[in-house]
Amino acid sequence: MKSVLPKLGWVALAVLGAISLAVVALSRGESISALWIVTAAISVYLIAYRYYALFIAKRVLSVDAKRLTPAVKYNDGLDYVPTNKYILFGHHFAAIAGAGPLVGPVLAAQMGYLPGVLWILAGVVFAGAVQDFMVLFISTRRDGRSLGDLIKSELGPIPGVIALFGAFMIMVIILAVLALIVVKALTDSPWGAFTVAATIPIAILMGIYMRFIRPGHIGEISIVGFVLLMGAILLGGQVAASPTWAPYFTFDGKQLTWMLIGYGFVASVLPVWLLLAPRDYLSTFLKIGTILGLAVGIFIVSPQLQMPALTKFVDGTGPVWSGSLFPFLFITIACGAVSGFHALISSGTTPKLLENETHAPLIGYGGMLMESFVAIMALVAASCIDPGVYFAMNSPAAVIGKTAVEASQVISQWGFVVTPDVLTQTAADVGEKTIISRAGGAPTLAVGMAHILHQVVGGKAMMAFWYHFAILFEALFILTAVDAGTRAGRFMLQDLLGTFVPHFKRTEALVPNLVATGLCVTAWGYFLYQGVIDPLGGINTLWPLFGVANQMLAAVALVLATVVLVKMKRQRYAWVTVVPTVWLLACTLTAGWMKVFDASPKVGFLSHAAKFSAAAARGEVLAPAKSVEQMQQVIFNDYVDATLCAIFIFVVVSITLFGIRAIVLALRSDKPTAKEVDYGSGVATQVF
Amino acid sequence: MFKDLARMGEYLGQAARMMVGQPDYDTYVQHIRTTHPERRPMSYEEFFRERQEARFGGATGKCC
Repeated sequence: MKSVLPKLGWVALAVLGAISLAVVALSRGESISALWIVTAAISVYLIAYRYYALFIAKRVLSVDAKRLTPAVKYNDGLDYVPTNKYILFGHHFAAIAGAGPLVGPVLAAQMGYLPGVLWILAGVVFAGAVQDFMVLFISTRRDGRSLGDLIKSELGPIPGVIALFGAFMIMVIILAVLALIVVKALTDSPWGAFTVAATIPIAILMGIYMRFIRPGHIGEISIVGFVLLMGAILLGGQVAASPTWAPYFTFDGKQLTWMLIGYGFVASVLPVWLLLAPRDYLSTFLKIGTILGLAVGIFIVSPQLQMPALTKFVDGTGPVWSGSLFPFLFITIACGAVSGFHALISSGTTPKLLENETHAPLIGYGGMLMESFVAIMALVAASCIDPGVYFAMNSPAAVIGKTAVEASQVISQWGFVVTPDVLTQTAADVGEKTIISRAGGAPTLAVGMAHILHQVVGGKAMMAFWYHFAILFEALFILTAVDAGTRAGRFMLQDLLGTFVPHFKRTEALVPNLVATGLCVTAWGYFLYQGVIDPLGGINTLWPLFGVANQMLAAVALVLATVVLVKMKRQRYAWVTVVPTVWLLACTLTAGWMKVFDASPKVGFLSHAAKFSAAAARGEVLAPAKSVEQMQQVIFNDYVDATLCAIFIFVVVSITLFGIRAIVLALRSDKPTAKEVDYGSGVATQVF
Repeated sequence: MFKDLARMGEYLGQAARMMVGQPDYDTYVQHIRTTHPERRPMSYEEFFRERQEARFGGATGKCC
């Protein structure tokens, strides 16, 4: 009896999940409640965790409760601390959750909610969560070493350097695309620009307090910081309404770009306690709080989905981003389904805090399921607003024009009937002059969140507050990611350059610091600027590059996991990592190839360059260029993007080949060859 | 009941600090006292600063 009851419970859950999924997948023409999606997702997560994650833990990896983890072995109360598993879950989740799962699903909603939901669920269960969990396990068994180090020791030194270089390039693209999202959200928005600018003095105040007044008291000053932030949002409304002050905070895209580049440089060379750390605390707490709040909001309001399950844009003609469902949907939603960047976190601080190997499934697999749920919520938020408003916000001005009248005409022709009044009214509701062509996901998500949250707290009058709260919440942790990322990129770069010029390895020396920081800022600043001046919105170009890069890193991590499985002589379970690796390689290599070589100038960089070259030869000037020099600039940018894409393809193909070589060598050996540290004693760890 | 609530609050505080990379100070002090009795544990202030530097001193950035 005892063993039957729980099983019956799981069967009931499976039935509930199947019914919800059927409702989500099969309803056509009538709108459904978002709760169906949420129920389907939670059922899938629970079943996947109970059956697949524990299967991987017990059968595939044989996690060993008696084996010493680095946290126990090297316990120093600082870097290595055996940590309660729920507390570590929070730490790990806070480290992996960022803007990615909030933006990708919003962009993917142009094809309808169904493809996004299905990919998020299937991707996380079979690829994303598997990757995070396996890398955590592999790193834990190797003294908590980093991904680059793991690749070096299991695949060889050359793939190690290639992976390090690939990770740096991915970092550059991530920073550029994140910064672009902020620029898109704050352009011509004095309210948004004021509140985001206000975070800098607030953070500095917190930093000084924690350094000198009451050192280390995070809680009290974070509450003060939060109250000041809310005050800044309210004051921002006054600023935007004031004819004297509003112009001081009204910036165009280029101005914001230069401000962000300057800010990124300064913030990443300042001492961390002054600006970076306090803002990180604020943004982490705000992020977790808002995610929980949004979940509660969705449960209370249970909004109806306005977006159809599938739109006609599944054929690849959509205005938000170009390209067909396969492969582009699978790179548009990266984080939330599978994110290679997590491999860096799972081999960062988390393995050094893991108390016991048996906690790895909860933290690695479970943490990623949680991130996936954030992606589901973002998709719900984007799908519960009027589709006409969605397309007005996310389509480039080059396609729908600049006024509400033009935009509503074009969008209504697509079959999403919307009046100009609705567009201007929505803008007025959220306290903005216009919402047209605010690409990048963040503003759309903010409208969606405001739509949900104002029904819980405050009513219509609070909609503008909630919109700017959501913008602030995203901008805050994106900016934290930008300066933390610039810093991390600087260390990566110094490490890379140090391989050739040893002096560069000295991270405390001023000249290498400034040079590496400058290079890093220039690299992402270049792509950011290019994105900002692009008449198609830039997200069009940069987001696919980011998606390709991020998924390729995931493929690299899964290749590593496959190699380790074979080296452990567990190749009969290798399908667990081989299947998602093959899928990711298929998506990313196809997408990467198409981005470089596709004949359509909307998709392929080279054909876009050819189109502009041909026009330039005829003496014509095509938008966005306004002169012959700018035509040359557009062509040059196309070649840079194509080269970058080709570099990503090279990185992933070469590491896959090195992986295959390592697998063949491991199969030839008649005993396990995985380079795990000993059961009890181990070597001192080297971390970069 | 109140004891449970107090413990709950303690856990939540620890979880919140760990989210921003600050491990538990009492655990650290206890660790030093039991395993390295000859060493003087850092004061809370020193500990806090050391951890703050460590969190942002490496090549692992924030996630996207």
